[in-house]
Amino acid sequence: MPRIVYVLPDGTRREVDAAAGTSVMKNAVLNDVPGITAECGGSLMCATCHVYVDPADAGRFPPRADDEEEMLEVTEAEVRETSRLSCQLTVDDTLDGITVHVPEEDA
Amino acid sequence: MTRVVVVGAGHGGVATAQALRAAGSTAHVTLVSAEDEPPYERPPLSKDVLLGKASMDSVRLRAAGWYDDNGVDLLLGTRVAAIDREARAVHLDGGAPLPYDALVLATGGRPRPLPCPGSGLAGVCSLLTSEHCRDLRSRLAGARDVVIVGAGFIGLEVASAAVALGLRPVVLELVDRVLARGAAAEVSRAVASYHLSRGVDLRLGTGVRQLLGTEERVTGVVTSTGEVLPADLVLVGVGSSPNDGLAAEAGLHCQDGVVVDAGLRTTDPRISAIGDCARFPLGHGLVRLESVQNAVDQGKHVAARLAGTVRADAPYLAVPWFWSNQGGLRFQAVGVAEGSDHEVVRGDPEAGRFSVFRFRRDRLVCVDSVNDAAGHRTGRRLLANRAHPTLDQVADPSVDLRTVGRAPG
Repeated sequence: MPRIVYVLPDGTRREVDAAAGTSVMKNAVLNDVPGITAECGGSLMCATCHVYVDPADAGRFPPRADDEEEMLEVTEAEVRETSRLSCQLTVDDTLDGITVHVPEEDA
Repeated sequence: MTRVVVVGAGHGGVATAQALRAAGSTAHVTLVSAEDEPPYERPPLSKDVLLGKASMDSVRLRAAGWYDDNGVDLLLGTRVAAIDREARAVHLDGGAPLPYDALVLATGGRPRPLPCPGSGLAGVCSLLTSEHCRDLRSRLAGARDVVIVGAGFIGLEVASAAVALGLRPVVLELVDRVLARGAAAEVSRAVASYHLSRGVDLRLGTGVRQLLGTEERVTGVVTSTGEVLPADLVLVGVGSSPNDGLAAEAGLHCQDGVVVDAGLRTTDPRISAIGDCARFPLGHGLVRLESVQNAVDQGKHVAARLAGTVRADAPYLAVPWFWSNQGGLRFQAVGVAEGSDHEVVRGDPEAGRFSVFRFRRDRLVCVDSVNDAAGHRTGRRLLANRAHPTLDQVADPSVDLRTVGRAPG
């Protein structure tokens, strides 16, 4: 079971045991991680599941697809190189301990 | 200790329970669901779950342990037989009365049946619940001739799924355009041409006279033009009716939905109603909305009121928004189109990427977007900020609408 670490804007760390094949967004919602509202449930419609992948984990996820790229243009928080929509980040056992940061504005 | 009973465990009911706990409420919360299935997201039922790309377990609203961990009593497979307002208790089917201090009705709706002969035949499907989805999925797998009645969101989403499965569905729509109930005409044109290009056999201005069957199974559809279409699967997507019977029997004011005030209270202030079953004041009248956003935001509002984090007389003011994924087409809408009298298109309808800004008496009331996330976002911002761009500003592509400020008054 891969572990996902969510770092909240105040520095609090929330660790969640995720089922392989599920998304970083879904695990946040299932476990009440604040700041990832995911209004659309992962349909690439709302850009409310924006996270920054920890620089140490950069490159561990496949790159952004075009439609994710497009939705990132409309997030509330600043878009950085590490920005991702967490509904598009699927975890598996090779991604154990993956760390993402929840943006301030979304929290 | 306060006892909160929530009837219905869809998006709205679960959001209510979740928001109560998020607000620190220590109320005793009971979530009653007629369904046996633990609470789940509904939008994937017409998309990934229908296509078998996602399991029901992957679309749960909360982790299995969440309800216990948060002291929420989840009663599955349990129907509420009646509300006893005097005793402040709900009567469960075959159970003891469940007393409440506050009752939240989140009973949702039910698909409208086709009002024609043959609508009860096997192979005539609806889509609202996981049970419907399972039935439709297994029938789609063996289907050859699929007829979809109604070119609304459900009809067109299922048409997309059918196309993805290699079928060529016929879609019948009574009026002269798709998405007629909610979308701008320009959107209807773009959406129709997308589905036509994918091989959907779309028949506008065509209703259903009768469904034909042998041995209780559907075999064909007689259209309003008298044509007989072969069909081994008919999906009916002609809207839904609110589940307001419980409220009506308890003497609460209902009118195609449980009527509530600006704070989402029914005519009994201890009883609130949210989501698809509620008719609430918005803009210049009472509306009933069928969307995840509406159910969730109304659940949060009632929870905040019950937890005391907003004033008891605080009105519910969220700007409604909605989306639909149909294959590669993305539709998003924000605001309320009802009564709109003017439309301005921004973007490029020919290229299939644009937004329609809809006005009522020179005030922006709604933005419909096709494959235009930025346009949708702009619309959300404008409407949430009560900014009032003029028709001219919207019509001028050189005006950056994000800079349009709030109008006085």
